[in-house]
Amino acid sequence: MDYFIELLFSGLTRGSIYALIALGYTMVYGIIGLINFAHGEIYMIGAFTAFIVATVLSIYGFPLLAIVIIAGIAAVVWASSYGYTIEKIAYKPLRHAPRLSPLISAIGMSIFLQNYILLAQTSDFLRFPRLIPDFAFMEPIAHIIGSTDLVILVTTVVVMVALTFIIKFTLIGKAMRATSQDRTMAMLVGINVNWVISATFIIGSGLAAIGGLLIASHIGQINFYIGFLAGIKAFTAAVLGGIGSIPGAVLGSLILGLTESFATGYVSSDYEDVFAFSLLVLILIFKPSGLLGKATNQKV
Amino acid sequence: MKFTVSGKILSTAACVMLALSAPALGVAADTIKFGIAGPHSGDLAPYGLPSVSAAKLVIDKVNANGGIKGKKIEILQEDDVCKPEISTNTATKLVSSGVQVVLGHICSGATIAAMPIYKDAGILVMSPSATSDELTSSGKYPNFFRTIAPNALQSPAMIDFAINKLGKKKIAIIHDKGDYGKPLAEGAKLHVEKTGKGQVVLFEGITPGAPDYSAIVQKIKEAGAEVVVFGGYHPEASKIVSIMNKKRLGIKFVSDDGVNGDAFIKLAGEDAEGVYATGPQDTSANPLALKAKEEHKKAYNSDPGMFFDGAYAATVVMLNAIEKSGSTKLEDLKKVLQADKVDTPVGAINFDAKGDAVGLGYSMYVVEKGKYIVVK
Repeated sequence: MDYFIELLFSGLTRGSIYALIALGYTMVYGIIGLINFAHGEIYMIGAFTAFIVATVLSIYGFPLLAIVIIAGIAAVVWASSYGYTIEKIAYKPLRHAPRLSPLISAIGMSIFLQNYILLAQTSDFLRFPRLIPDFAFMEPIAHIIGSTDLVILVTTVVVMVALTFIIKFTLIGKAMRATSQDRTMAMLVGINVNWVISATFIIGSGLAAIGGLLIASHIGQINFYIGFLAGIKAFTAAVLGGIGSIPGAVLGSLILGLTESFATGYVSSDYEDVFAFSLLVLILIFKPSGLLGKATNQKV
Repeated sequence: MKFTVSGKILSTAACVMLALSAPALGVAADTIKFGIAGPHSGDLAPYGLPSVSAAKLVIDKVNANGGIKGKKIEILQEDDVCKPEISTNTATKLVSSGVQVVLGHICSGATIAAMPIYKDAGILVMSPSATSDELTSSGKYPNFFRTIAPNALQSPAMIDFAINKLGKKKIAIIHDKGDYGKPLAEGAKLHVEKTGKGQVVLFEGITPGAPDYSAIVQKIKEAGAEVVVFGGYHPEASKIVSIMNKKRLGIKFVSDDGVNGDAFIKLAGEDAEGVYATGPQDTSANPLALKAKEEHKKAYNSDPGMFFDGAYAATVVMLNAIEKSGSTKLEDLKKVLQADKVDTPVGAINFDAKGDAVGLGYSMYVVEKGKYIVVK
């Protein structure tokens, strides 16, 4: 039984890691129907920003809490400005182009950003400082769930609740929903659609940056390639849960994480990905729009 | 494109290449072109760059003394970032620019991919680090030599250490499913079964690049393992030891020479303490190794990195073979390499018929206070 609980929490941690990235994919898709492949790179840039700021601050001897907060804010601001800029440069000019064009543009952006960080920073794996300390009260159950895991789990839940709240009850949320339903109509009733799309990218990128800080601190290393690998899995999770749906992204991520964890624990880690993607195929056969996705008619 | 090793064709090709690229025409014909291939950028560059500095040190010395029989040695350096799909291009590029011998490649996977190209061109290749058994024991690559012991010896070294020195019986073997790590792990498993002194309680591959390995770490614990033997490179090893510490496993981690290096210690930080890794045979008592280290310190103001001694040795024996045979033809070089015992930083070596250096083995190292030291 202990083993089951340990695997359960391993899976939840992994799932939350995916969820923090998957939320950004799903938000952007929900609004403009674009799969933003550069999102993984935003996450990576967030992690790098946090790394640089945290390293500098620790040289000046700031307390750990201050480092986490300042590095977090810096990462969010920096990554959001990347998200905003990418949208303006790579996607906005293609808004009326065929659907394939912005997709290719997104892949191009992803490759560009990876190589930019590779050249501007380094190709080595860097040691990411442990920003989240081991809490004393966690010590008795540290073998089941670590302090970082706990912070990641809690953050994911908080972020999901906050996002759902924003989208359901705030003015910008209403504008987002309107834009996602019908962009032209939203414009006609006086919604600044460009601004709504920018806001979506800013929020999504900010989330990715928070994810970057937490996840890098969990695995203790970063390099220019982490965004790509994590991005692919997070994207899978978002599709699994129903891309465009925020609870769906979290649900899909948790299911993916748990599947991988239990597959590793009870079968073999060699087949971790086989199980994860078989599950994806199965779910998409029976529910093509994902678990919580809405089946919509293709507007062509 | 396929070149035969006729000096005329090679030098003509070289002249054409040079005429196209640089005005230094005329020098081309009377230099010996020495290729260096390996990861010179990318995350595995710490494995490749030391061999470049080693070769440069040796060659600068030889050139300063007038070269080999009046011919200067020219270094041609190509990056393969340790990727098989890139190393074939690297090899083609080196072959078409007319290299006569090659030091490299570094990673086994990249080396295996590149070898057929050198084989067709009849060029001698010597690696300081590619340990895959296939390279020598398969007999497929008669032009391949190496100054490091093959994996076939590395796996037993890890297992014997875990069983005899650490006194552990229940062994979990983990690998990264790669060209380098997986055969090592399989060899380790075979060796455990052969000696019959221990028991493999877990044998699994992990997916490199995954954001979290806690599930496999829990499985290691559940299996009741007393020691983990890992086949793979330092980024994954660092993640696993860090999670093992987070989950308070408290068992030893024994790994291979892909983990043996400062890159691992930098990455894993305090988690690296107490990690064991096999590495090239201990050379700290060899005066030539000490001398090479001094030269490196003088030239670059730092300690040499991974595979430095092996690369230094490979450069020395290849140049020796060229000098003794007075040729760069594979057959002539091979005869000298097999017959002539040369003093190098890794010991006095010659090569067997398969291309492995005679008498090389592995030593075990442990991280203590942020440094790898030899376990006596």
